Amino acid sequence: MLSLEKKIIRQLQDNIPLCSKPFKEIAERVGTSEQKVIALINTWLADGKIRRFGAVLRHQKSGFVANGMGVWIVADEEIESVGNIMAGFTQVSHCYYRPASDTWPYNLYTMIHCTTRTECEQVAREISKKTGIKDYRLLFSSKEFKKASMIYY
Amino acid sequence: MDNIDKKIINRIQADFPICSEPYKQLGKELGLTEGEVIQRLNTLKQKGYIRRLGAVFNSQKLGFSSTLLALKVPPARIDEVAEIINAYKGVTHNYLRQTDYNMWFTLTAESDERLSDTIAEIKEKTGISDLLNLPAIKLFKINVNFKFDA
Repeated sequence: MLSLEKKIIRQLQDNIPLCSKPFKEIAERVGTSEQKVIALINTWLADGKIRRFGAVLRHQKSGFVANGMGVWIVADEEIESVGNIMAGFTQVSHCYYRPASDTWPYNLYTMIHCTTRTECEQVAREISKKTGIKDYRLLFSSKEFKKASMIYY
Repeated sequence: MDNIDKKIINRIQADFPICSEPYKQLGKELGLTEGEVIQRLNTLKQKGYIRRLGAVFNSQKLGFSSTLLALKVPPARIDEVAEIINAYKGVTHNYLRQTDYNMWFTLTAESDERLSDTIAEIKEKTGISDLLNLPAIKLFKINVNFKFDA
C-alpha cells in the first residue's frame, strides 16, 4: 500500500490533467483534498524535493538540436572556480563534478545545447578561453536511445 | 509553434501556477481564455514539443541514488546492448557518443545498494565489464530552461 505522499508523487511524475482544476482531479484520484495536494506541492517546492514544476520540453523538436557533452580535465583545487564559470554560460544546461580515473581523466562535465554543432564548438572554445582549461573533449550524441522521466513509484 | 505557443512555453517551463485553476490563471496573464490555453497545451503535447507537464523531482531528496555510466560497447553490438540497457526503468537517458566509451546512460535506483546491484547486473547481462561509473560529486548547475523569442 502506497502512502498518500507516494500516490501524489505518482501523479505528479506523470502528466497533470489538462482540465479546469487539475489538482482537484489528482486529489480525487488519490483520495484527498485539492488543498492538501496544493499544500504538498508548495512544501516540496520549498524543500527542493520538487526541482521545478512545469513543462519538460523535447529539445530536438524545439530547435535546440545539437547537444554536446563537454568533458574537461580540471585540477582539484580549481574545480570550484571553474565549475562556477562554466555554470554561468547560458548554453550550459548541466554542470557536474564527477570522479576521474586512470582510464578516463575527465572530471568536469558540461551539457551544451545549441542549434548547431558548430555553435556548440564555439561555446566550448569560449569556455576554454575563459577558464584556461585546455584539456577537453566535446562528445556529441549521434543517437538517442532513450529519454524519459523517472518513474519513482 | 506560433508566438502565443512560445509565450506559453516560456511562461510554464519553470513555475507553473500552483493554484486551483492554473490554466485560467495562465490565460489571464497571457490574454487568452482558459479553454484556449488548454487547447494549445494539448496540441503542443500531441506534436511533441512538450514531453511532459508535471513535477521534476530531485531524486536524491526522495532518497534515491543515481549515477552516470559509460559503457565501451563493440560497434557490432550497439543495438542489442542498447535494448538491454533501455529495459531498466531506472535508465532515463541513453545516448550514443563518439568515443571509445560510446554508450552513456543515467541510472537511478531506490538505494545505493540497489544501484550497485543493478550496475553489476548490467555488466553481467551485457557481458561488458569495461564501464565508467561517474556519480556526481558536486552539482554546479541544472537548468533545462529554453527561452524562445516570441
